[in-house]
Amino acid sequence: MFSLPAYLEMVRMKFLMMLAYRVNYYSGILVYAINIGAYYFLWQAIYGDNQTMQGFTVAQMTTYIAVGWMARAFYFNNLDREIANEIRDGSVAIQMIRPYSYLMSKMMQGFGEGLFRILLFSTPGMVLVSLLLPVDLPTDWRVWPVFLLMLAFSFLINSQINILVGLFAFFVENNAGMMSMKRILVDLCSGLIVPLTFFPTWASSVLEWLPFQAITYLPASVFVGRVTGSAVWEVLLLQFVWFVVLLIPIWLVWQRARRRLFVQGG
Amino acid sequence: MDAIRVHRLRKEFQVQQNREGLGGALRDLFDRRYNQVVAVDDISFAIPQGEICGYIGENGAGKSTTIKMLTGILVPTSGEITVNGHVPHKEREQFVREIGVVFGQRSQLWWDIGVIESFRLLRKVYRVPEQAFNERLNELVERLQLGDLLTRPVRKLSLGQRMRCELTAALLHNPKILFLDEPTIGLDILVKSEIRDFLLQINKRYGTTILLTTHDLQDIEALCSRVVMLDDGRIIYDGGLDELKRDWGKGKELLIQFGQPCSPERLRALTADLSVTWEAVNEFTLKAWIPLEQANLTEVLGRVMTLAEIRDLRVLEPNTDDIVKEIYQTGAGKHV
Repeated sequence: MFSLPAYLEMVRMKFLMMLAYRVNYYSGILVYAINIGAYYFLWQAIYGDNQTMQGFTVAQMTTYIAVGWMARAFYFNNLDREIANEIRDGSVAIQMIRPYSYLMSKMMQGFGEGLFRILLFSTPGMVLVSLLLPVDLPTDWRVWPVFLLMLAFSFLINSQINILVGLFAFFVENNAGMMSMKRILVDLCSGLIVPLTFFPTWASSVLEWLPFQAITYLPASVFVGRVTGSAVWEVLLLQFVWFVVLLIPIWLVWQRARRRLFVQGG
Repeated sequence: MDAIRVHRLRKEFQVQQNREGLGGALRDLFDRRYNQVVAVDDISFAIPQGEICGYIGENGAGKSTTIKMLTGILVPTSGEITVNGHVPHKEREQFVREIGVVFGQRSQLWWDIGVIESFRLLRKVYRVPEQAFNERLNELVERLQLGDLLTRPVRKLSLGQRMRCELTAALLHNPKILFLDEPTIGLDILVKSEIRDFLLQINKRYGTTILLTTHDLQDIEALCSRVVMLDDGRIIYDGGLDELKRDWGKGKELLIQFGQPCSPERLRALTADLSVTWEAVNEFTLKAWIPLEQANLTEVLGRVMTLAEIRDLRVLEPNTDDIVKEIYQTGAGKHV
């Protein structure tokens, strides 16, 4: 059952909710500023006198860090925790009496959150960062729309992973450990902390077969100009493939969860 | 036509069983043991359209489980359910458009933003046309006096205010069937009676079928013509409220506070032929249970008054739990 106006309304409501908690928003800016600053100086120290490392120039690295964290502000959400909590306290039941898809509604709320951050957070943040740090913004205008599209897929893939992890609360009593593990795994394996080319060969060839690189590494590589020409379409296709592939386990887990949905305290 | 039909409905849960001690916990890691618990055990009933039916029973009797199956949240282990012509868990999205649900202990409103935002979302979710929605909302706002609450965040509402908003949220799309799971829990008397009046009015005006669970017998008395009583997953009574009270509300309980210390023995002796049972609460206060078939209130009180001065007197209404307990203890229900 397709009910677009309702889903759009959810995006709007999540946006409102984010506005209702402005202090969170301000502290978020601070956290991201500190992270970008810290990683900038860290990489400065690592590069030392080197002009390039693993094919990354210093300028590309700086841009990579800035855009990586700004992208994270958009794709990051707590869907896993929200879903797990709703399953644990049984309020998932309330959602089941609504004529919409639970997972779709969660996804849309995550999107509302992301939209809020990209408009009021990432965009001004990126402007600020490029004033303070030597960031090279793409000069080819065509990179921008492609990057935005890739960012959308980053959001989708990251949210899919979150949903999958959150849904495990149906099968185990407490999946908090799993969630924090996932969080570190995504930050590390997506290339946010270290670009994939810096990993040992065996590790980076493993990571190439995992969905995480599609979250940060691929879009950021396009943004800094490491991937150009027809290769851009290949990485975009790769993102799309992961988006489709991840739908399968979600669907399977959701079907099983529906079967054994038992509401605690019922 | 029946709004709700349930035939031989059954729900079993698997409950994890934890072993004792550290060694047990370690063994649990690799080899979990489960217990099969029957929450709802082969129940059948039918509720005609436009009826208000009370669904009562002790905690853990299976009320909420039944409601969850009727609303499509839980999939039954076996048996058949038809609600409003649909099988709830199979045609969920289509089915839930025509029902409204309120869980007294859980909010379905968005916690951090104005109530009106939740209502607006519901309008889109249920695809209510703008004009119909506004008319309906105005009517509900006026009836439940929600005027200045609408823009307030839900977390800043009192329980009574919130419950009125929950009811509004459940009724905005004019559902044919309304499920209420303990709608008056924790509310003060004023709000309770307001909500009861409101439900009666909705039922009369729109012919809404209402199924409600409650622990408050006054809810049932005010609203329901019919009662389904559940114990341990089984229906132990299904019928009119009047019959229930006539058959089972056989006595009255009195709480009497005397001006001077009174022993239950003396009172027992005084009312020996009336088979009144006495129980001391403290030195001055006693509890009496008077079986109305053998004794009447005036008689008992008349005799007691000759004994000592009465400071305070209260008639305790039998509550649902007591009646359920009584029915269960006599083992009468099983073959209803």
